[in-house]
Amino acid sequence: MKIQPQDATATPRLLEVADLTVKFALRKGTLPAVSGVSFNLGPGERLGLVGESGAGKSVTGFAILNLIAKPGFIESGQVLFEGRNLTALPEDKLREVRGDRISMIFQDPMMTLNPVLTVGTQMIETLKAHRDISDKQAEAIALEKLRKVYIPSPEKRLAQYPHEFSGGMRQRIVIAIALLTNPALIIADEPTTALDVTIQAEIMDLLLELCRTENMGLILITHDLAVVSQVTQKIAVMYAGRIIEMGLTQEIISNPLHPYTQGLIRALPQSGSGRGARLEQIPGIMPSLYNIPKGCAFNPRCPKKCAICSDETPALLSRGSGSLVACHCV
Amino acid sequence: MNVEPANTAPLLEVRDLVKHFDISGGLLEQLTLQGGRMVRRRTLVRAINGVSLTIQPGETLSVVGESGCGKSTLARAVMGLYQPTAGQVRYGGERIDNLDSRAMMPFRRKMQMVFQDPYASLNPRMTVRQILEEPLRFHHPGHTEAEVRDKVAEVMRQVGVRPGWADNYPHEFSGGQRQRISIARALMVDPAFVVADEPIAALDVSIQAQILNLLMDAQDQRGLTYLFISHDLSVVRHISTRVAVMYLGCLCELAPADPLFEAPLHPYTQALLSAIPRLGGKASGHIRLTGDVPTPINLPPGCVFHGRCRQAAQRCREEVPALREHAPGRFVACHAVEEGRI
Ligand SMILES: Nc1ncnc2c1ncn2[C@@H]1O[C@H](COP(=O)(O)OP(=O)(O)OP(=O)(O)O)[C@@H](O)[C@H]1O
Ligand SMILES: Nc1ncnc2c1ncn2[C@@H]1O[C@H](COP(=O)(O)OP(=O)(O)OP(=O)(O)O)[C@@H](O)[C@H]1O
Ligand code: SF4
Ligand SMILES: [Mg+2]
Ligand SMILES: [Mg+2]
Repeated sequence: MKIQPQDATATPRLLEVADLTVKFALRKGTLPAVSGVSFNLGPGERLGLVGESGAGKSVTGFAILNLIAKPGFIESGQVLFEGRNLTALPEDKLREVRGDRISMIFQDPMMTLNPVLTVGTQMIETLKAHRDISDKQAEAIALEKLRKVYIPSPEKRLAQYPHEFSGGMRQRIVIAIALLTNPALIIADEPTTALDVTIQAEIMDLLLELCRTENMGLILITHDLAVVSQVTQKIAVMYAGRIIEMGLTQEIISNPLHPYTQGLIRALPQSGSGRGARLEQIPGIMPSLYNIPKGCAFNPRCPKKCAICSDETPALLSRGSGSLVACHCV
Repeated sequence: MNVEPANTAPLLEVRDLVKHFDISGGLLEQLTLQGGRMVRRRTLVRAINGVSLTIQPGETLSVVGESGCGKSTLARAVMGLYQPTAGQVRYGGERIDNLDSRAMMPFRRKMQMVFQDPYASLNPRMTVRQILEEPLRFHHPGHTEAEVRDKVAEVMRQVGVRPGWADNYPHEFSGGQRQRISIARALMVDPAFVVADEPIAALDVSIQAQILNLLMDAQDQRGLTYLFISHDLSVVRHISTRVAVMYLGCLCELAPADPLFEAPLHPYTQALLSAIPRLGGKASGHIRLTGDVPTPINLPPGCVFHGRCRQAAQRCREEVPALREHAPGRFVACHAVEEGRI
């Protein structure tokens, strides 16, 4: 599998995000949250979107679903999904896609779950909003999905309320709800950040298995490189609203090219580095989006910067190796 | 039970510590009708259930375990912020869990705490200078203005915040800078012992390394002793001399970091460590735990882990396993380990 955004013939596309730019018109000025983001996803393909807080990961996820509300707006770009441009689709047509062909999972299961409704009611209502079927049929599908996410005795669970489940179980129910309509793509925004490592491992395992068995595409948004590296085939690293490196997961972690990606990986404690050894650190902090440095946004923190870096924004290109990288000095 | 790794005197000692929270509410809420009779029922959260450990001068002892297993409660009881239900806390050999606030004063200076959320722990209406001066003036009322100012500048430099920013307010700093300021506040009074409860959990990866380096540097320069709490097990492995693994308010395993991570003995430790996400690892490589975590309100009998343990036998359901030294310095509370089944 080669990643070449220019080449449209290689694999059939599920999703094609082209030059997406999202801004927020705020009192202090216009905030460029996402700038010129492009990537593709084939059917059943899994992509990890990583980067630190404020890098634009969640806004990218919402923009794919055309869910950017005022004061935000999609300034330019296209989101082609199963042949339709979602950025130009009217609201009623979007409903055929959102929560149907594309499902979303959030960090907090209670973003999806209604605390005053039983799990069964919520699942049946969700399904009936998208399909013309009877309660009985809907319940049968709900049970099937609860079994898929390994909820024990699902018949009993249907009658229970969200608060009667542990955090990990709640997130599994959210995944079951996401599966109800057999979506072609799941966008999961930090789905395990609030959970313990043992439960995180279970949820990631489950997502991976479901993507494989149902041939579902996945966009996994997280700040945790280790987590995405276990689940996705491709990784896109974001910094200050742009993708600065994108490629096959194995490539990115074994041979990161962008100095920021290199820094992120080296900042992780490696087993065997010896107790108390100093960790490599990236100096400084990510810039405020009101004040993105000229040229490459990373240049004030970059150990490899050269003259052109504070002048010209580097494009995301293949620079002689497998991954695409936005850096003048690779 | 003796949990001393060496025969040097520990700086801190926790002995059979128990902390229960009574959440029954008012008397009326406690009354229920049972079998036709009015009975009074109390609801206890058994957050810590008989924990013993020691911390040697200069070491970093980390506490790990799932959310709600009692890490923060243990930290707060050590700091004297919670009154233990039973058991003792000793600092430098002296009992401190039963002291009134006046007698506690000298210990408050030697023992400092850094919290997860620098947003919440720094007073938003105070400048950095006021935040840093406050503990110094409190514990050293005799310091001159010049001494106070010098100390503020010295500590700010040490934590990597430019002293020129001393007159700014917390909200004017990034999360990482704020955490530096809360570490600076802890260092102002030259403590010997610092409890850090999830000090990097709210920070970005690229900033976490900065703060961990700062904590390790401060330890080298000042000979600090740390009680460190973190969800991030790779970080724990990197900075700890020893690690205590907790489950439902009980210690399951206590061992030097390297042997613990290389060959965990307790079934819970094994499951926990196998779930650490590794760069390029496999998502399915972990030990699956069945069942849900019981609540500390209804503590199971016997070993608190038995409901989820693959090694559980009849004895595990009835008898609480004691923390025993399995190999030099390696303490485990598990019947299966004791019986040689693991
Ligand atoms: N509704 C909004 N109004 C104003 N600004 C917003 C809004 N939503 C996002 N932003 C801004 O857009 C930028 C990108 O935010 P985004 O939520 O995509 O970051 P992220 O990469 O998901 O970070 P995190 O890891 O913290 O979730 C941030 O600077 C954020 O403040
Ligand atoms: N002040 C309190 N009143 C009542 N219950 C409490 C109180 N503080 C803690 N608890 C309970 O005691 C148990 C242990 O909580 P604690 O905060 O020590 O866990 P923790 O290991 O620090 O978890 P986390 O990883 O989520 O921070 C939990 O069940 C918690 O709900
Ligand atoms: S004592 Fe028994 S139940 Fe507890 S961890 Fe050991 S084997 Fe498992
Ligand atoms: Mg986000
Ligand atoms: Mg805690």
